Amino acid sequence: MKTFRYLLPFIIFFSIIILLWRGLALHPNQIPSPLLNKSTPQYSLPNLFDANHPTTQKDLLGKVTLVNVWASWCPACAEEHEYLVQLAQEQNINFYGINYKDDSAAALKILKTAGNPYKIVAIDQSGNAAIDWGVYGAPETFIVDKKGIIRYKQIGPITPDIWDNKLKSIVNQLENEN
Amino acid sequence: MLIPLQLFAAADYYTFDSPEQQQRFTTLTSELRCLVCQNQNLAESNAPLANDLRTQIYQKVLTGQSDKQIIDYLVARYGNFVLYRPPLNFSTFGLWFGPFILLLVGIAYLIYYLKREHRT
Repeated sequence: MKTFRYLLPFIIFFSIIILLWRGLALHPNQIPSPLLNKSTPQYSLPNLFDANHPTTQKDLLGKVTLVNVWASWCPACAEEHEYLVQLAQEQNINFYGINYKDDSAAALKILKTAGNPYKIVAIDQSGNAAIDWGVYGAPETFIVDKKGIIRYKQIGPITPDIWDNKLKSIVNQLENEN
Repeated sequence: MLIPLQLFAAADYYTFDSPEQQQRFTTLTSELRCLVCQNQNLAESNAPLANDLRTQIYQKVLTGQSDKQIIDYLVARYGNFVLYRPPLNFSTFGLWFGPFILLLVGIAYLIYYLKREHRT
């Protein structure tokens, strides 16, 4: 009993240290999405590449799609852009862009100069469609399966490290689902 | 003094049909968290997203949606994280009752300690 009394302050001290140490590894800016394992929101938005045909959530069906929310004014989007182009070309990854509160001319200019990883880009001028997706900062990327269900959300730019260790295996697994 | 002034600033920007609507808007935006700058509420934040969400809440208040409908709308998109008052469920049990449990443990120890001192 007596040794316990002397040990108690150390036990409390080290419990606090462990808790605080763990706290350093948390990412409170990455908020878990309640949309995971739910259908994508319904929308109809103008298509950046084809003014006559709006794009809807039906364009996400039938194949595994990476829905990437981006804008020309967003520096972190520019950071990942080159890698997205590389993934689209070399690994045939199916990217679908949502151009978030952007100037369409500026967006097209970037795709022309830095390359275009997207099959379709939806123009979300008001940002209301992005709110339905639970977007709170660009870039964000949603992995959508063949049935249009959101299966994963990546907050922040896709780096080679994140792709190799996390996203690649998710995409491969979803490709094998019917 | 600064904080109440900022709260009024958000509501003053919009025009309401009744003081009751304005009150609801002010309460809702002060109890919902800004996702971008997480230590500010929607009323205080200058982030573009906070502005968009304020506008949506304003429109919903005007069209007569209830507080619950508006809060459910935001929770469906951003999760319980938007609530400054988290709901009471299994994962938030410690958050709600932890302080009271600690208080009880403290009182129990105090009684034990005082009784023992009294005896000697």
